[in-house]
Amino acid sequence: MRARLFRALYRIRRLEEEVARVYASDRIKSPVHLSIGQEAVSVGVCTALRPDDIVFGTYRGHALYLAKGGDLNAMVAELFGKATGCTMGKGGSMHLIDPEAGVMGMSAVVGTTIANAAGYAYALKLRRSDSVVVSFFGDGATEEGVFTETLNFAVLKHLPVLFVCENNGYAIHTHQTRRQGRADICAKAEAFGIPAERLDGNDVFGLLTRTQEVLKSVRAGGGPWFLEVSTYRWREHVGPGRDFQLGFRAEAECEPWIAADPVTRLASELSVGERAAIEAEVEEEIAAAFAFAEASPFPAPGELMTDIFQEEPDALAAR
Amino acid sequence: MPSPLVKARSTPVRDARPVAERTLSYVDAVREAADQEMSRDPAVLVFGLDVDDPKAIQGTTRGLLEKYGPERVFGTPLSEDAMTGAAIGMALAGLRPVHVHIRMDFLLLAMNQLVNVAAKSRYMYGGRVHVPLVVRSMIGKSWGQGAQHSQGLHGMFMHVPGIKVVAPSTPYDAKGCLAAAVRDNNPVLYVEHRLLHFQKGPVPESAYTVEPGTARITAVGEDVTIVGISYMQVECLRAAKYLEDVGIQAEVIDPIWLSPLDVDTIANSVERTGRLLVVDTAWTNCGAAAEIVARVAERLQGVRDLRLKRMGFAPTTCPTTPALEDLFYPTARTIASAARDLVEDGPTGWVPVERPDLQSIEFKGPF
Repeated sequence: MRARLFRALYRIRRLEEEVARVYASDRIKSPVHLSIGQEAVSVGVCTALRPDDIVFGTYRGHALYLAKGGDLNAMVAELFGKATGCTMGKGGSMHLIDPEAGVMGMSAVVGTTIANAAGYAYALKLRRSDSVVVSFFGDGATEEGVFTETLNFAVLKHLPVLFVCENNGYAIHTHQTRRQGRADICAKAEAFGIPAERLDGNDVFGLLTRTQEVLKSVRAGGGPWFLEVSTYRWREHVGPGRDFQLGFRAEAECEPWIAADPVTRLASELSVGERAAIEAEVEEEIAAAFAFAEASPFPAPGELMTDIFQEEPDALAAR
Repeated sequence: MPSPLVKARSTPVRDARPVAERTLSYVDAVREAADQEMSRDPAVLVFGLDVDDPKAIQGTTRGLLEKYGPERVFGTPLSEDAMTGAAIGMALAGLRPVHVHIRMDFLLLAMNQLVNVAAKSRYMYGGRVHVPLVVRSMIGKSWGQGAQHSQGLHGMFMHVPGIKVVAPSTPYDAKGCLAAAVRDNNPVLYVEHRLLHFQKGPVPESAYTVEPGTARITAVGEDVTIVGISYMQVECLRAAKYLEDVGIQAEVIDPIWLSPLDVDTIANSVERTGRLLVVDTAWTNCGAAAEIVARVAERLQGVRDLRLKRMGFAPTTCPTTPALEDLFYPTARTIASAARDLVEDGPTGWVPVERPDLQSIEFKGPF
């Protein structure tokens, strides 16, 4: 398991570092919201999931997409705006999807997919499926009305949904304590009758274990659960760089998070040979994904007007 | 009733019978469509505020709970935003939700989910998902509906690619359009008008659809084309009667589906008449009437001489007092007056004397 988790974490970290490196070349045709520093939240939770489980996420969704098994080539091609991208170059980095892997979408509007996740969970329950839905969102989303509305509905209908609040402390550049009169997100969930607990976002083993335990209850019809996971965004809100120079947060605040980085920690716990083998495989896979994206064609002009509706082109002819 | 004048665009209207002998109210037509679709397809759900309460949304959802159970028919928390988002999630999972709102004004609480998610998912996810969602909502009028119970917001949704808009005015179309909307794999905004619920008309018993992009010529004439949207279709047909009294033959068209719009049927009529009056149960600014007039003008400019006019809500907030509310809406008489001015090529000052048989029969209070 240690090697598996390291591989998953290292793969996301290196992929995003490559995205950041390539970004300056302008070959990436999409704004990017990097997960660097937050990977363990997605990896810890998603490693506890089955392939048939479903996740919904946010515009900061690279880590979630990859941790849940989303196709790497299709993701990089998507960032490049290519026809082979996971949405044919129409959604970009903020709207990654891979239905075959159970990644059912991400929104650029904060909080939006929380309700979509609950609706999907309702469908699973109606069909007597024992699959579950995990809704990932940030601390800022808990200030949106849709968050509290959805918690209420999830409790009311006893839905098989796990809410995971990825609390990195900031909504763009504004700290949680400057936005929330009572900065206790678990308390919000508990107020609706949802069991909630706070976990360390750098403790990938702890996240995995606790998610497995919690999901037993959710899968068995025990109703929704809520995890608030503390984490930290190392890079800027959007883009490849750092943002400490803006003055809204001190670099010293980031240092303990870097010191506790699970990617580094797990690497040090593996044998030199095992680590080297994993790193080599991942590097090769990432290099291949970028080569695939580079070599892929852009969508043809006709794609501008496809997939507006499910049926084509009859609906367009009427316009 | 509909058969000789049916004007289907590309998909023929699939009438179960050419002439329906049974008469049904609009309410019962909506209820029957929901019932038949739920019976046909176990993926169909009906939910929204009060759909399972004793009033059952004026009766449009009556009996569904008893027949299909509380998992497929349920009242919701007062959470339009999250419940719309949940409906989208259900649709992504393969269900066919019908989300009901007793007033269209409440859709403003759900705009993020409707515009940013429902309408865009198919496209922004590269065709890998679809969202078979129906949103029923009602426009209120009279007995003091006022500022926040009277709005016709269908034009806002016509603006957005990826969502279809339908506003049936007869029981026949109410049933056929709801069935088509439920079977459609895309989001459909289904616009009802509270006053249309009282309409009665022929409705076949077996299931049928009135497909997207279908408009209907409801009165034939050569002098002026009048397009009436939703409830205004009723007023336009009355206006045509007033116009007959002064020798003007109006062609009246019910667009039924506003998006996609059957512009061919409308433009072909205007090519003959040279005059177009579009009457909406909404404001005219950037609305459905503006869109229809613009498309016809684009099609026919340089082809023939045109006279164009829009009518709709007065450009202000809807007041409650009848003394002002009566002035807020177009009526059969003001529509007839405007149509005659188009025909006579200038203001005639003519407003027909009200005929008892053409009075608006509206809900009488107290509410």
